[in-house]
Amino acid sequence: MPGDITINICMGTGGIAAGGEAVMSAFEDALASADIAASVKKHCAAHKVGCRGFCARDVLVDVIENGGKHTYEYIKPDMVKRIVEEHLAGGQPVQEWLVKEDYHTFHGKQVRAVLADCGEMDPEDIEAYAGRGGYEAALKSLTSLAPTDIIEELKRSGLRGRGGAGFPTGLKWEMARNEPGDTKYIICNADEGDPGAFMDRSLVEGNPHAVIEGMLIGAYAIGAQRGYVYIRAEYPLAVQRLTIALGQARERGFLGRNIQNTGFDFDIKVKLGAGAFVCGEETALIASIEGNRGMPRAKPPFPAQKGLWGKPTVINNVETLANVPYIMRKGSGWFAGFGTEKSKGTKVFALTGKIRNSGLIEVPFGISLREIIFDIGGGIEGDRKLKAVQTGGPSGGCIPASLMETSVDYESLASAGSIVGSGGMVVLDETDCMVNVAKYFLEFTKSESCGKCIPCRVGTMRLLEILTRITSGKGRPGDVELLQELSEDIKMTSLCGLGQTAPNPVLSTIRYFKDEYDAHIIERRCPAGVCKSFIAFTVLEEFCKGCMACVRVCPSGAIVGEKKKPHRIVQDVCIKCGACFATCKFQAVRKRAVYGEIHTR
Amino acid sequence: MVRFTLDDQEIVVPEGITVLEAARRSGIFIPTLCDDSRLEPFGGCRLCVVQVQGIPRLVTACTTPVAEGMRVQSTNEEIERRRRTIVELILSDHPNDCMVCEKAGDCNLQELAYFYDLRTNRFYGQRSQRLVKDQNPFIERDMEKCILCGKCVRACYDIQGVGAIDFTSRGFTAKIAPPFEKDLDCEFCGQCVSVCPTGALMSKQSLGKGRQKDVQEVDTICPYCGCGCNLTLHVSRNEVVRVTSRPDTINEGWLCVKGRFGYSFINSPDRLKTPLIKKDGKFAEATWEETFDYVATRLGAIKSKHGPDAIGGLSSARCSNEENYLFQKFMRAAIGTNNVDHCARL
Repeated sequence: MPGDITINICMGTGGIAAGGEAVMSAFEDALASADIAASVKKHCAAHKVGCRGFCARDVLVDVIENGGKHTYEYIKPDMVKRIVEEHLAGGQPVQEWLVKEDYHTFHGKQVRAVLADCGEMDPEDIEAYAGRGGYEAALKSLTSLAPTDIIEELKRSGLRGRGGAGFPTGLKWEMARNEPGDTKYIICNADEGDPGAFMDRSLVEGNPHAVIEGMLIGAYAIGAQRGYVYIRAEYPLAVQRLTIALGQARERGFLGRNIQNTGFDFDIKVKLGAGAFVCGEETALIASIEGNRGMPRAKPPFPAQKGLWGKPTVINNVETLANVPYIMRKGSGWFAGFGTEKSKGTKVFALTGKIRNSGLIEVPFGISLREIIFDIGGGIEGDRKLKAVQTGGPSGGCIPASLMETSVDYESLASAGSIVGSGGMVVLDETDCMVNVAKYFLEFTKSESCGKCIPCRVGTMRLLEILTRITSGKGRPGDVELLQELSEDIKMTSLCGLGQTAPNPVLSTIRYFKDEYDAHIIERRCPAGVCKSFIAFTVLEEFCKGCMACVRVCPSGAIVGEKKKPHRIVQDVCIKCGACFATCKFQAVRKRAVYGEIHTR
Repeated sequence: MVRFTLDDQEIVVPEGITVLEAARRSGIFIPTLCDDSRLEPFGGCRLCVVQVQGIPRLVTACTTPVAEGMRVQSTNEEIERRRRTIVELILSDHPNDCMVCEKAGDCNLQELAYFYDLRTNRFYGQRSQRLVKDQNPFIERDMEKCILCGKCVRACYDIQGVGAIDFTSRGFTAKIAPPFEKDLDCEFCGQCVSVCPTGALMSKQSLGKGRQKDVQEVDTICPYCGCGCNLTLHVSRNEVVRVTSRPDTINEGWLCVKGRFGYSFINSPDRLKTPLIKKDGKFAEATWEETFDYVATRLGAIKSKHGPDAIGGLSSARCSNEENYLFQKFMRAAIGTNNVDHCARL
């Protein structure tokens, strides 16, 4: 007699993009088919679950039986039938499709605290969350704890804001609680905008109830009657799951009037952001909820004093709030057991870039960058050389390979010239040009500045222009110093966090990679072979088979030559897109520096 | 009252005012392009940055309220260096055509460029593409000169309660525009023109009529209605070329469309300067004696034939109180009727 079998199919945005929905319906179809014995069907249930973290291996499917778990990777709908027949019905896992060693090393050094339930349960089912202890913390808080007890517990836990600034959450709540007035608000900031970041999206998609529960506890602690979730409209799945979760929480009496007969009233509204990065800044976010243009204002007064509609308001990031129910359930001691002296707990990072295992990871503070990149991430793609890690998105900086022992915590990353930020972590290798990386982020901040203050609006544009001139071979001696001076002025005089941190990518790359800037400006070469002005593509005649492959992919018609005869690239016509370089199977297309040497394959 | 230190000088000011306002009252100059004490603080131009002891970052004097015991440094080498960079950045996105600019000589930005001796600029590059040819009748909008200080937006929204313009777009392309970037279509009070620190917003009627240094300013009272707003007429070559109002007056410098733009009648060729009497179906110029005689004769005749109530008098809000008093006295005592009214309903 087989025991109950649960099949968990990754249906986060990553899983769906890889075909999760088709895999899900393939399981449902296979389980409904006449070939499968009724006894098996009765004990099998397929569930969609949120992000599993290892998005590179999607679609991931867990088969859980008697507490044992088998995980399959890269599952396509046509593979489902065999899994159902051999594993579910036959009891023999399909060995060749199971995850390999690297899946386990990927998880080896991770600690899943806030992500404990993410990817393990159906995010659209409040019962699944409740079954794993969900809403226990809220119930306990509302019925047997005073608001000040909750704040004290949070202060003991050492939880700091996960949105970037790292402000102690308990202190923030206490400030709002101590403000006079009956009307207060709690806002969940889900306007995750850093390029390449998907921590908050995955959390809301994978465990929306934890965010709601965190807000409920927060509301009770500070005395708020209404909450808002300010979430990007570009996250349709997260919005959908959050809306479903809110409806379920209302039905179960965790939101609305007289919550669980405690006499406490609280409800949450969803407010969609219109795609402005600056609306992640708290005062701009408040302006946006109020129906005004999302532009920051000067602080003080801080939102905890005068926030939404002029009332005391707490704004917490998604991950911060999702941590709260776990801290209240498992205790501040449990939480403070992870991390370092000043940075307690765990942090979710979106590990991307030139890394072998990209995905969503959760690690305790204090882990080294090396452990993240080489143990969890599995090292650099193609075994190239690690150059730097960019953390904190457009507000952060680049930490060079020589500092890989740096501990990942608020203070250490700051002293290395970067920040923890909201959790973006982009790995760069020797084929990345650091000037170009700085330019990429400035391109972003220049476009996303709200335009209110001059240093940010005009200053970031001028930074970008100087970087562009350096990468296009027109850099001049003194440009590096000019970049530094302007960066410092922008940092010191900008109105909000966006402008105050926008020059960080420039400053940190100059700090650690000044030689690359000098190579561009003085030697007129791009050491990584990225900047087009410094490279040329040529065909090595002795390698060229005349296969015409490069001729076909060239978008500008720059390659001439007949079949089976060596081709030639007309330099005046070539736009240096590199399509020929990527296409040539015989390594006949070579990238070379116009002056000096570059990294080549 | 709050006691604080500004540049080693102990200052006592009322609670709640900003560092910038306190500095103004103490005669200490702090540059600004976006602040106006009549408008909500904005903190956009960042020129008024000052150092406050205990705060690592520079803060803007216009948004920082004075606190007891605060120690503020309004100027030093670092502050001035950063301010200079900001002016450089503004000028790097500005036409810099002061030679032909209407506003030259009366332009806050030009003053700052002079103050910081910006003969050369470390920054150059793309300029905002904001040229607007606006077909509205009153306000010339040369948005390339706009520095996005937002004063016009605040004046329009907070003072006039209209909200005809606002910020739009993002990043370097941010600009101030009417809805959908159409032509300006508002009540044309011109408060925006009056607060603009550069030549971005000008009165169309004044263009080419003389820069500020060439005009003589004459203070007077607006004749249009009973509000009695203070006006300053700007006179050049015996012609009123512009009307403004001083911020330290009863109307705080705010005017309406009539007071600010309704002055072209002064030099209009159609303006009546002598009385006209219709003779043989045509109006002909007459002397005042002739006219008084004629009016007295005709009114006397009507009164004796039809009685005093056959006559009604309508006077003007543009007359003074004394004139209106005399007029009703005349109607009641001389004519003998209560049929008297006045066009106070503008």
